Amino acid sequence: MLEIEIDGKKLTAPQGSTVMEAAHSIGTYIPHFCYHKKLSIAANCRMCLVEVEKAPKPLPACATPVTDGMKIHTHSDLAKKAQAGVMEFLLINHPLDCPICDQGGECQLQDIAVGYGNGASRYQEEKRAVPGKDMGPLVSAEEMSRCIHCTRCVRFTEEIGGFQEIGMAHRGEFSEILPFLGKTVNSEISGNVIDLCPVGALTSKPYRYSTRAWELSRRKSVSPHDGLGANLIVQVKHNEVMRVLPLENEEINECWLADRDRFSYQGLNSDARLKTPKIKFDGRWHDTDWETALAYVVKGLNGVSADHGKDAIGFLTSPHSTTEELYLAQKLARAFGINNIDYRSARSDFRADAAKQGAEWLGSSIVELAAAKSVLVIGSSLRSEQPLLASRIRQASKKGMALNIIHVADDELLMNVHAKLIASPLALVNAVAQVLKAVVAIKGGDSTLDLAQVDVSAQAQAIADSLCAGETARIVLGAVAQHHPAYSELLALTQEIARISGAGFGVLSEAANSVGAELVGAWAQGGMSAGEMIASPRKAYVLLNTEPEFDGYNSAASVAAMKQAATVIALTAYQSEGLLDYADVLLPIAPFSETAGSFINMEGRLQAFNGVTKPQGEARPAWKVLRVLGNMLSLDGFGFNSAEEVRSELLAKGDIAQRLNNSLSSIAANTAAKAGVVRVGEVPVYSTDAICRHAPALQATALAAAPVARIAADVFAAAGLAEGELALVKQGGATLRVPAHLDASLPAGVVRLAVARAETAMLGGMFDTIEIERG
Amino acid sequence: MAIFKSGVIFEGVDTQDENAWRLAAYEARGGYVALRKILAAQMPQDEVIAEVKNSGLRGRGGAGFPTGLKWSFMPRSFPGDKYVVCNTDEGEPGTFKDRDILRYNPHALIEGMIIAGYAMGTRAGYNYIHGEIFEAYEQFEAALDEARAAGLLGQNILGTGFNFELYAAHGYGAYICGEETALLESLEGKKGQPRFKPPFPASYGLYGKPTTINNTESFASVPFIIKDGAQKFLEAGKPNNGGTKLFSVSGHVNRPGNYEVPLGTPFTELLEMAGGMRDGKKLKAVIPGGSSAPVLPAEIMLGVTMDYDSISKAGSMLGSGAVIVMNEDVCMVRALERLAYFYHEESCGQCTPCREGTGWLYRIIHRILNGEGRPGDLELLDSVGNNMAGRTICALADAAVFPVRSFTKHFRHEFEYLIEHGKPLVDHKWC
Repeated sequence: MLEIEIDGKKLTAPQGSTVMEAAHSIGTYIPHFCYHKKLSIAANCRMCLVEVEKAPKPLPACATPVTDGMKIHTHSDLAKKAQAGVMEFLLINHPLDCPICDQGGECQLQDIAVGYGNGASRYQEEKRAVPGKDMGPLVSAEEMSRCIHCTRCVRFTEEIGGFQEIGMAHRGEFSEILPFLGKTVNSEISGNVIDLCPVGALTSKPYRYSTRAWELSRRKSVSPHDGLGANLIVQVKHNEVMRVLPLENEEINECWLADRDRFSYQGLNSDARLKTPKIKFDGRWHDTDWETALAYVVKGLNGVSADHGKDAIGFLTSPHSTTEELYLAQKLARAFGINNIDYRSARSDFRADAAKQGAEWLGSSIVELAAAKSVLVIGSSLRSEQPLLASRIRQASKKGMALNIIHVADDELLMNVHAKLIASPLALVNAVAQVLKAVVAIKGGDSTLDLAQVDVSAQAQAIADSLCAGETARIVLGAVAQHHPAYSELLALTQEIARISGAGFGVLSEAANSVGAELVGAWAQGGMSAGEMIASPRKAYVLLNTEPEFDGYNSAASVAAMKQAATVIALTAYQSEGLLDYADVLLPIAPFSETAGSFINMEGRLQAFNGVTKPQGEARPAWKVLRVLGNMLSLDGFGFNSAEEVRSELLAKGDIAQRLNNSLSSIAANTAAKAGVVRVGEVPVYSTDAICRHAPALQATALAAAPVARIAADVFAAAGLAEGELALVKQGGATLRVPAHLDASLPAGVVRLAVARAETAMLGGMFDTIEIERG
Repeated sequence: MAIFKSGVIFEGVDTQDENAWRLAAYEARGGYVALRKILAAQMPQDEVIAEVKNSGLRGRGGAGFPTGLKWSFMPRSFPGDKYVVCNTDEGEPGTFKDRDILRYNPHALIEGMIIAGYAMGTRAGYNYIHGEIFEAYEQFEAALDEARAAGLLGQNILGTGFNFELYAAHGYGAYICGEETALLESLEGKKGQPRFKPPFPASYGLYGKPTTINNTESFASVPFIIKDGAQKFLEAGKPNNGGTKLFSVSGHVNRPGNYEVPLGTPFTELLEMAGGMRDGKKLKAVIPGGSSAPVLPAEIMLGVTMDYDSISKAGSMLGSGAVIVMNEDVCMVRALERLAYFYHEESCGQCTPCREGTGWLYRIIHRILNGEGRPGDLELLDSVGNNMAGRTICALADAAVFPVRSFTKHFRHEFEYLIEHGKPLVDHKWC
């Protein structure tokens, strides 16, 4: 530790730290623009100039390392003069249009100008004007004359996003911040540049000019999308969510948000929101009141139950619902005598259910995962499934984590990958088995699984070496693995690799409350799984916050099951086309922003939140709806008065940490690779849940473009296709004409075509066989 | 216009001979004797560096930092790659000496860099050549080919087991890339912008490896020092100002060109060599060290000798040795406006004071020149300059401010006259 003095205050600072960090440690503020704790040091804005005794000129606090005995003055005449000088320069070409600037009121330049600048400018020459840029539907770069060239956005895209999508072109006063010519900024975490921009140059395109910062109230919440559980500040005006900002939580989202966390709020205010209960009779929809609608539901459930038995009813829920909602849904179903309940609509392999010993989770904290020396990610399109976790792993891989990948496509991860094994879904089990076999060879011991037929490839060997060499190694299974028809085998093999290599393992929980849904028992314990409920259609379905055509593993089969049912009761925030087609009752429920509740994230952390606005129209929190239904069905134990009471009851069933367990009590795997042409059908980054699907700006991004068939070279050639022409895709008896693109990142026999999109909803299973020919 | 007198680098070079640059001609002049001497004797690295130190050679690019001392900063025991880099990004207005080294005597540079590589234990070097000189770049590549073919460069040089590769890199013509860390960024394929220092290139240079960067003329002086001895080089100049120096004399003289003269030569002698003032006009002012050096009025200039110490004492800098001579018909406001425009154009834009300040300075001077000056403009120029100098990552802001300060100091009356009367005191004559 070095002893230094800042403004007369003595302190110690670690070797290698900067004056800026030392000052922050004692609460001394030094004005700055380009400095940001998560970005590399640029030292270009020069706002943080301070006086250092014995230095011939003022030095930038952000880039000056402390030395023993250093005496720093942040407010001396020299420092103040230097800071005021820089401030004057920053303002000479800045349009002083604060009254019409979207950043006005929350602008660092404004604040620091008041604190450290002079009252008036001496600049009387012409000012610079910089043309606006098109960065896409999320980030507005219309007023680039306001840019002060701090390059935070440039450094963010390069260092955190992994790809420098924004750069500073030209020189000197003619410097301009811009994306690649003719391109937009397409990062899945691009919106952070809005927060980083210290002026009104980069602003939120959906939000800008809608309110003033000081008109908004700030309320805490939790992102309802992926399993990370990013902490949010939701800003509200007149009972409407106006925008979403990150709430810093170093252990979860740091100071960032993924774009879907930030911009999905538009879906909360969508015209497609269901604002009143609806009943379908005489083939037409009729608005009704809650009493009538609920009575209709009770009558329907009792009717089907009487005519066909309780087993004829199935509950499909969503891992994007709150813990309290899921707990009550399963409690209601089971109390009524229905055990057919599942949140896992997107999965296709439930063979391991009987061997489960607890709820699936990450297997560690997020921080621990990032600190592992070696990580193997199996079956995950990481950047779209877990945008912020991907960014955290990117930072870790820069600091020496060996990242290994087993996946169905050679995706561009924008980070260093130590070894990767790319295999068709039909060979994915074999790929993981190769690593197991190599691990067994390194570590000795024996696996109970039969690996005789498995040949270890060089990549598998490299992955095994990495896992066995790292002091701490972790293996995680992504959404592709979880949706895969051999998930139980992938899990079994992973468990064996972990056991023999000493690595930890877990799953990348795909939704905000996957862990919570499993913990509260909203899955087929003693009843049918989601897959069985679709494969053996039920007479009645109760849908909680789910749209089977988008959320199901096999959308065609899911829709067919809904259509054949005598009644479909949907608790939903949206009146989507599918529901209007096959449902009979629509009960308007509140999305996460309009109800109290909690999500349990991938690391098993329960994060409770309150509603940030009142429910829209007649919508009501789902826990209240379920509570009333419980009463109307004359079930016991539905006397809850608040979401907190529901939570107390479910938490009383045991400590969360004790109930997390990825290990299966018995394992099996068929490790032979199979041949054939198979679909890789993934949920696009902005199709994960109904809120995202109804957010127009997200849907206008390049990442949400209309699906195309990306086709492996062998399939492409065999079908005689030409780049960009229409291909005829056949799956499950349905056909679709869709543009065909040759994709060299795909292994042989693979056609990559997204699910969870209206365009492909007529097709079948995510990883099922598929035919393709010239269309 | 290349006119050379006696010296170190151009001794014996016949600029009229179109083959003067070739290896054979260089060897006939005693070229590569120094390298052979070092390699044959397996001269210890420290001795080579000591020799360069003793020669009193100071960096010829502008800053005048002792070359031998710089070489000694290179970590000798560093495991892995290290680099020597030559700065031929000659962009300073008034300077045109390095391109003539490439044109007439490229092997002196190549030999100097190989010796530097030997002394600092590096296996690779780069010569970064200004983007706006094409012929010299191509000729340098040809000279490299000659050296490689002759076994003087590359693997196992002269059969001694010593390896050193040298590559030429052609820049894109940005002035800022003459700043050594911007040069490194550009060499790495990035936008040429200076890096914040520390770390200095000696510890974190090209591709993050220890790197020594010297000017073309500095490297080209090394073979002489090794061959003829540090003492002889030192004696060619004067104490603390060892050797000869190339001066690029331009402006209102009869024979503009490069003159290699001993450091310490009186300015009057250099002016005479350059044929004296053109058309018999009176000398008004001289910028003695490239556009970034403060201007000196004739009466001061006529009393100085051309070396680091004397010019520094007179209030300017020897800089790169670019001597810009101005006669009595020069309007100093117009001259300064040109210089200010240059820095406005060439600022990299990274640091706020330089990005914004260079434009501000230019606009004020431009306005004054166009008869729209205001009372207080000179004080404003001074104040803006004070807010720029020493407040940025590199010295470009200082370089932009020095001319402004010196012009408005020595020729204040011309500025005041223009502000007051709206027309210039001196009716500028183009020639």
